[in-house]
Amino acid sequence: MAVRVLGWLAVLALLAGLVAGFGYAPREAVQGNVQRIMYLHVPAVLTAYLAFGLVFVGSLGYLLTRRPGWDRLALAAAEPGVIFTGITIASGSIWGKPTWGTWWTWDARLTSTAVLFLVYVGYLLLRGMIDEPDRRARAAAVVGILGAANIPIVHFSVKWWRALHQPSTILGPEPSPIAAPIALALFVNWVAFTLLLFYLLAKRTEIARLEDMYAG
Amino acid sequence: MRRAWIVVWKDVLSERRSKESLNALVFFALLLLFVFQFALGPDRARVETALPGLLWIAFILAGLLAFGRTFLVERENDCWEGLVLAPGDRSAIYLGKLAGNMLLMALVEAALLVLFALFFSLDFTGALPALALVLALGTFGLVAVGTLFGALTAQLRARELLFPVLLLPAVVPVLLGAVTATQTVLAGQPLAGASSWLTLLAAADVVYLVVGLLTFEFVLEG
Amino acid sequence: MVQAQHLRKTYGPTRVLDDVSLTLSAGESVTLLGPNGTGKTTLLRILATLQRPTSGSLSIAGVDALKAPEAVRGAVDMVGHGSWVYEDLTAIENLRFWTTLGGHDAGRARLKGALESVELDTVADQRARTFSAGMKRRLALARVLLGRARLLLLDEPFTGLDRAGRKWLAEFLLAFKAQGGAVIVATHSFDAGAGVADRVAILAGGRIVLDRPAASLGLDDLRRLYDELAAGPVIAS
Repeated sequence: MAVRVLGWLAVLALLAGLVAGFGYAPREAVQGNVQRIMYLHVPAVLTAYLAFGLVFVGSLGYLLTRRPGWDRLALAAAEPGVIFTGITIASGSIWGKPTWGTWWTWDARLTSTAVLFLVYVGYLLLRGMIDEPDRRARAAAVVGILGAANIPIVHFSVKWWRALHQPSTILGPEPSPIAAPIALALFVNWVAFTLLLFYLLAKRTEIARLEDMYAG
Repeated sequence: MRRAWIVVWKDVLSERRSKESLNALVFFALLLLFVFQFALGPDRARVETALPGLLWIAFILAGLLAFGRTFLVERENDCWEGLVLAPGDRSAIYLGKLAGNMLLMALVEAALLVLFALFFSLDFTGALPALALVLALGTFGLVAVGTLFGALTAQLRARELLFPVLLLPAVVPVLLGAVTATQTVLAGQPLAGASSWLTLLAAADVVYLVVGLLTFEFVLEG
Repeated sequence: MVQAQHLRKTYGPTRVLDDVSLTLSAGESVTLLGPNGTGKTTLLRILATLQRPTSGSLSIAGVDALKAPEAVRGAVDMVGHGSWVYEDLTAIENLRFWTTLGGHDAGRARLKGALESVELDTVADQRARTFSAGMKRRLALARVLLGRARLLLLDEPFTGLDRAGRKWLAEFLLAFKAQGGAVIVATHSFDAGAGVADRVAILAGGRIVLDRPAASLGLDDLRRLYDELAAGPVIAS
């Protein structure tokens, strides 16, 4: 029941976010309407980080307690995490085309996110290759923990590397200073995405629990 | 730790007698050189510009081969269970395997440097101490993660595919840091110029080592 | 010494072990009989803490082996299909490795002594690559001798052993028991297995369908029961 409510809340919030992003927020002066994709891009990356944080928590929880519920959390968080990361990359790329003329720039955030994407796709691939639940959970947990510990390291290394090869101009999608309506639209979308994440988490952990029950 | 040492001792002895890995890896390094030469063409300037990257590509490729085989001797001889059942702290086994891999990589990298110097008429001697430091820091990061993931994938059917897929994204920071620092060193600039990168490498090495030590316990079960 | 209750092991829809309970005291030996593929190896691996059961409880030497497998590992040793022998190392080097790894280093003299007990001292400095399967198994037993295991699990130890070899193994197990150790032998060859056991258990269909003192069964009775029970329905896939 609570999950249903959560689901509807998420839908409402997403609609509100759409309205806020395309209707309410003003047209950006420099980049035009394409800037609106930021309302997808930024919340997506924030939610992805949240998801991967939850993968870390689930991984740690499993290794410490051996309770399958933690492993299910890690799995349920990794899948949307990868999806949101994919959305981040795709939206960043789409935003980049009209703005910079290319589909891909080795922009610091885009590159970091891409590396993150690869790490967690690997995580899901690994899970797919192991049938035994305990071995799968343990192996995934180790990869999940290293992946999470690596996130700040990747972030800094890519940022510095980027700074070396191109003194960056205004590369972040946030125009500065951030005007109030833009911030509000961002916030609404971010809340919407987070609600969606939690809804997906609830559903996915339930499905995983049923799968385990059937297998046992 | 005595137990870590005995693992190294065992691997070194086994390797010295069978000579499987080291020979193949050095030969692989030689082949890589030819591949690089053919891929980049005869323009020596191109090779020199690309050199830091080429070196680390070579190291990573060799590492992929080497680390994937970390527990091969256990698998071949059916000794994996013996390691799993060994009482006491399993992180000693991780340290032992890590040290063994570092030794192996040190030999391969030294061979590669010699081969590069020979084939492309390069002179490393001036930069050698600084280069050694950069190589050590970078290789340690590779080995720390490689040994951990090597153990993780050791018992899997799809290990040849999965191991690189897991390792490469994880060592991106090491690659970035090591190549940049190598570039600095080979350009004859003082090492202090790359100090922030070296700090990053060292920090990454510590993080990977700690994660490896703490989680190896769980990797080695069943 | 060993208390296994209601162990169950499933691989997806396949139930390999279904409600297996087994108790063993120090100084006692049990022979686990069963045709191939009935889960004997799986049961041994679970008892060795190499694998976790899907459900059930296991305690070894008074310690909960499922909650704290590390605490139990020093007390358990296994001689299974793989004999844990590194082929590029000599016999004595193999022993040196396993004893140091197990935390009970031994000097060369003690290692040689163990090799003598298993009649391998003549090949102490030979590479294990040249050893026969029987010799490798004897090397594994030398390893057991040097360890501090109180529970010994053997998986098909009689394969490849001739009559003299079997006699030798039986004596080895007797000596092990005399020092307070417990032994579980899993085998499908019940002639040899019945000879070394205090108790006989038959594993069929994922369950223990018989568990009796060896003395209470004549060999013919045992044979008959074995055929009957082992041919019964198998709960699997």
